[in-house]
Formats: sequence, C-alpha cells, structure tokens
Amino acid sequence: MTDAPKPLGGNGSGPKSAYFLSHADQEIERRTLAVLVDNEPGVLARVVGLFSGRGYNIDSLTVAEVDASQHRSRITIVTQGTAHILEQIEAQLLRIVPVAEVIDITNSKTGIERELALVKVAGTGEKRVEALRIAEIFRAHVIDTTNESFIFEVTGASEKLTQFVDLMRPLGLVEVSRTGVLSIKRGKEKG
Amino acid sequence: MTTKSKAKPAAETAAPRMMTGAQIVVEALREQGVSVMFGYPGGAVLPIYDALYGQDAIRHILVRHEQGAGHAAEGYARSTGKCGVALVTSGPGATNMVTPITDALMDSIPMVVITGQVPTHLIGTDAFQECDTTGITRSCAKHNYLVTDVTQLARIMHEAFYVATSGRPGPVVVDIPKDIQFATGPYVGKEGITKPTYMPQRIPKTDAIKAAADLMTKAWRPIFYTGGGVINSGPRASEKLRELQELTGFPVTSTLMGLGAFPASHPDWLGMLGMHGSYEANNAMHDCDLMICVGARFDDRVTGRIDAFSPKSKKIHIDIDASSINKIVRVDVPVVADCAEALDALITEIKALKRKMPDLTPWRDQIDTWRARRCFTYTNSAEMIKPQYAVERLYALTKDRKTYITTEVGQHQMWAAQFYHFEEPNRWMTSGGLGTMGYGLPAAVGVQAAHPDALVIDIAGEASIQMMMQELSTAVQHKLPVKVFILNNEWMGMVRQWQELLHGERYSHSYSESLPDFVMLAKALGGHGIRCNKPEELDAKILEMIDHPGPVLFDCRVERAENCLPMIPSGSAHNQMILGEITGNEVGEAGRKLV
Repeated sequence: MTDAPKPLGGNGSGPKSAYFLSHADQEIERRTLAVLVDNEPGVLARVVGLFSGRGYNIDSLTVAEVDASQHRSRITIVTQGTAHILEQIEAQLLRIVPVAEVIDITNSKTGIERELALVKVAGTGEKRVEALRIAEIFRAHVIDTTNESFIFEVTGASEKLTQFVDLMRPLGLVEVSRTGVLSIKRGKEKG
Repeated sequence: MTTKSKAKPAAETAAPRMMTGAQIVVEALREQGVSVMFGYPGGAVLPIYDALYGQDAIRHILVRHEQGAGHAAEGYARSTGKCGVALVTSGPGATNMVTPITDALMDSIPMVVITGQVPTHLIGTDAFQECDTTGITRSCAKHNYLVTDVTQLARIMHEAFYVATSGRPGPVVVDIPKDIQFATGPYVGKEGITKPTYMPQRIPKTDAIKAAADLMTKAWRPIFYTGGGVINSGPRASEKLRELQELTGFPVTSTLMGLGAFPASHPDWLGMLGMHGSYEANNAMHDCDLMICVGARFDDRVTGRIDAFSPKSKKIHIDIDASSINKIVRVDVPVVADCAEALDALITEIKALKRKMPDLTPWRDQIDTWRARRCFTYTNSAEMIKPQYAVERLYALTKDRKTYITTEVGQHQMWAAQFYHFEEPNRWMTSGGLGTMGYGLPAAVGVQAAHPDALVIDIAGEASIQMMMQELSTAVQHKLPVKVFILNNEWMGMVRQWQELLHGERYSHSYSESLPDFVMLAKALGGHGIRCNKPEELDAKILEMIDHPGPVLFDCRVERAENCLPMIPSGSAHNQMILGEITGNEVGEAGRKLV
C-alpha cells in the first residue's frame, strides 16, 4: 500500500491551519457590552481573565453593584474586534458560571453611553479665565477650587471628554481621572 | 440581549442539622451519591480526613501523587458517567492537581476537586503550604469557589456538583480553609439548590431542528461527525445516535473522544477521523455535502488545514456549549442543546417529514473505494513485534470480555485508537485535548475502582508510563488489578516521528538512554511483570497478563522505528494524507512551524 503521497502544502501560498486563522481582512468593530453578574468573590477577575486569556481587547471597563438585594453587579466593557471575535466574546462570557446576561448596547443602536471625568487644571491669570470659560461651554462643574487651581467634573460621550481634556492641556492640565464608559438602553424596556 | 435564565428563589429548608465544616463536606459527598473518591492527605485537609475516618459510605483510594488522584477521578467519571471526586491538601496538593483539572476541562470531564486551604486569617500571608488555589485554577477549571463562610459550605458543595455535571461538564474546585472545616454550620440538602445565572440550554429550538431535518432529508453525501459530547450526554445519546443512523443510513465517523458512541462493527462505521484517522473517514469529511457534527468541536487535530476543511458541505453543529459553535468553523445550522435531546428531536422530525430521501448508493460506493485502500495496513514481521500487531492481538484476546481501555499519550495512543475497536460508550478513556502523558495508569486505577470485575488495560508507552508509574503502588494497595500494556520502543515515539518528518531526522533528546527494567519495577512495586519480545509468544503472554489476578506491567518490546500512519501533517487538508512511508519531504517550510 505504498502510494506516493499527494503534493502537500498547496500552491505556494503556504499551508494554513487553525493556528494561522486570521481575521485581519475583516473590519474591526467597537462594542459596548453590559455584563450582568452575580456579585460573588472573584467574578471581575473571571471576566477580565477571560479577555486576557483569550487575547481579546478591553478599551474601557467599569463595574459596580446595581441591585444589592439580588447581589447583581453590572460590568460595562468597551471592546473591539472582528464580528467573529465579538460573537465569541459574547458566547465565552456567557460560559462563565456567575454571568447572568450579556447585553450588547452598541449593536442595538439604541444605547446611551456616558462617561464622567475629573479634570484638575492649575494656572493663573488669563489661562485660568479661559479654562473656566471652556468649562462652561462643556457644562463642566467646578467641584473644588483654590487660587491657583480648579477641579472640573464633566460628563458626556467619551469623545467629548477627550476633547475637553485636549483643550485644557495648554491651560495648565495637571491630571485626569475618568470612569470609563457607562451604558444603558433607551426606551422603557430593560436590556 | 442574551439571557441565561430568570432568577428563581432558592427553596427554604426548616431546622437544618448543625455539624462541622468537615462533616458537611462528607455528608454532601454522601448525599451526592459519591461511593469512591481519590485523594492524598495533608495539613490543610486533616479535619476532612478525620471526618472520613471510620465511615464506610465512601471508599477513599489513597494515591501516591495528587496528579494521580485527579486522573483517577477522571477515569472514574468517564467510565461511569458520574462525577469524579478528588481530595487534596493546600499548596503543593493543589498545584499538583492543576494538570488533571486542565485535562478535565479540555475533555469536558465532570469532576469536583476539594482542596484544603490555610486558615482564613492566614490567607495572603505566604503561610506554609499556601497558594492562591482559586487564582491558579481560575482559567483551568469550569468554575471554582473559595469558601469563607461555613454557612455557605453545604450549598457550595451541592452547587459544585451541579455545575460540574450539567451543561458541558467540567472540573469544579472547592477550596476550603482549615478553620472553615473546623467551624460549625448548618447542613442543607441538595434539593432546591439552583444557580440562576447558570442554566444550560438542554432542549433544542424547534426551528433549528426543522432546518437540520430538512438538510438531512435532502443530502446525497451526508456524514455524522460525532465527538465526546455524545459520551458525556449519557448512554441515551449513544442509543439515539444509533437510532438516527438506523433511520437515515448515514456513515459515521468520530473524534478520538467519541469512540464507542457508535459500534465499530457497524458496516457504516468509518473509523476515527483526523490527523491519524482513517483514509475513508477523512476523505468522506472532505467530499461530503452535509456534515452533522454532534458534540464535537472542530479541534485542529480533526480539521487539519482549515481553509480546505470540507469545502463543499453544509454543516449542522449540535453542541450544548454555544461558544463551541462558530468558534473555528462557520456552520449553517447551529443547534444549542444536549446531544440526546437534539438527536431525539431530529428522529421525531425526520419521521414526521415522511420524505423520500436521496439514494445513498453512489456515496456508499465512493466510500467503499476509499475503504479499499486499507489505510491501516502495515508490514508485519516474524522477528520483531510490530506495535500495531500487538494492539491487534490485545484486541482479539480481550474483546469478548468486559474490557475498559485507557491510554497514555503518543504513538501507542493513536495505535490503540486505530486498532482497538469499541462497541459501547464509556469503555475508552484517553487524554484528548490536553494530551497528558501519565494519564493512563491513574485513569485505569479510577476505572477499576468503579468496575472491580472488569478487565482494565492501560495501553501505554515506555516514556509516558514513567510520568505516573508510582500509581502501580496505589493499585497494589487497593487490590485494583489493572494491566499496563507498554508498547516499548525505547523512543518518545511521536516526538521521534515528528523529528523524522519535520526536522531532517535530527533526533534531539527523544531517545531514553536509560530505561527501568519494567519486570523488576513491577515486582518492586508489588505487581507482576511480563516481558515479551517475540511475536510468536505474544498471545500466550497476553493471556498470562489477563489471567493474573493482580496488577501487571507488560513490557512489550516492539519495532523501534515504526511510524504511526496514516497521517495528515499539520497544515494539510483531509484529502492529503500520508499513507505509506514517510519520505521527509511531506511538509513545507510553513507547515514545520505548526504543532
């Protein structure tokens, strides 16, 4: 039964196997996922560990308990990947035992996304006045002030916050703290 | 929105019995129907060992290394369909369990692992024999728990069994600090334990079944590609698979993990598929027009070159784990369900359709021409025992008994899969996903503990067996008469084969310069040793092994340079198998980079 083996390796394009599975030619999409979980020890580590273990991206992450009586926490994750990867992310998240729901806020096109930033700006004279004037335009609140500094609280879409921070940079930006994206669906329906 | 479940209130129980944490553990095991467990004591589990002392509901098998306890629990689970249980101490006890836990995750084996932990107030202080067990096992267990409150212990124990055995089964770790084992708390029974966030979807959706049945009744070149999920689902799934095959007449192939779900003696059985599968199975997979994947996961050992994988077929995928569907291969009809339920629904639907199905004769004729290549043919020898011949004779002399086969990992494993044939599920225990050398002997110990009267054989290689050979001592102590049938070619055979195929015969560190005298080793450990190096003596010595009442190490000296064929080299398609001799030119530059 010694048959000459058939030619292997294909036509010069090189062999491909699951190890070379590439979705590079597919479009990368950004997704905001709300992950509702049982607030038990280690649950955040499980969710985050899934992303690092399987090589998925996390652009932003927020978490807090949202229903104390049911010990339910809501984790909002902004991620990106190809459609295939994003489908896997959702399926893999649901495999985690304490994960109850995964809600795709982006995909629905009806989601609202908000972020909050605390922005410290130090300066005097004209720059200080200019900072205050821009803050007004962005509807930022001053939540702490000294003769030489302000702390602004600003909320809105992430792009708006980034824009605000960029404008503050030449006016004496000291530091920024951001919450990451929070999201919820529009309308009366849950999730 | 994707929701797993709606929350349900947990049932209340009246006036719970109070007992220590250690007693709660043993009581929960008893209530869960555990009759055999495997373990190794140590400082952080002494209270649980104390609670085990003097009771006879649960038989405890003392192993020689914690890894052995884990694989034994896996063997027990896989051969019975029940949950395997292992009990080990903190620190090194827990870290030694990481390999079997990962193994069980990869092969979807239900297993509950109880680990001791340092007392609560010492956690995080680098205490003696402390390790972050839940941190370490987070990515290799299906789920894990660190118990910090004795009032939650009983619930967690029951929940661990539920999570381990339901849905896609897997290993669950319960880490119990020593002070929790001493503390007193309420015992609650398993009734009413629910996990609202975790409710696997067992029943298939009707529209998916209708779509699948429609494709199945119109296919001209169909094939069943079945996997370990059929075994895990329980004996009913194997019955339903046979019933559906009877109804449709479709040919069947299976992954390594699924062997036994469909009888190997059936005329429509194609043999195992994949890297070392049969020529007919792989070609049928490549040329089919409809693939019905039941409880398999398109592993890279199965698919080969993914962009050339079964290019012309529609694909139906039945799996209880939604994340397995569309992970590697896009399918046309996904069916998220328990295999038995889905197969049952398909039988009902296809019968109800009353459709005249296409004539499969041309497809069968095509398959017969592939079969006629007789891909497992090898050149036998009168001087040296060929490993294939050894497994063939072992099969011939044991097939009419109640025989369970375990394996280690390597060439011998593939020869066992090719030349040993299974008629029933749960008779074949092998490390498929993780490929753990050392799995076979402890797994055999677990199988024998579950089936004391059965013939349990570990088909081994001389390299693999040395990874866990101390467990022969366990078999001797507990009077578990396992037989270890070593195909001894003095090489790490699969490594040697790959070096021949991919690295220009540069045999780097794949030859064992020094091997134990396995006959003496068997004696030293309290077992019986047999050596055979002549083909004409093989039958008599195999019979001697079977007839010996205790554990046996059988040192079967085989042809050293034999390669395991046929083979699809990494990066090649199903219809590009190496059938005859390896020439060394089969694999291109890119293929050499694959595993």
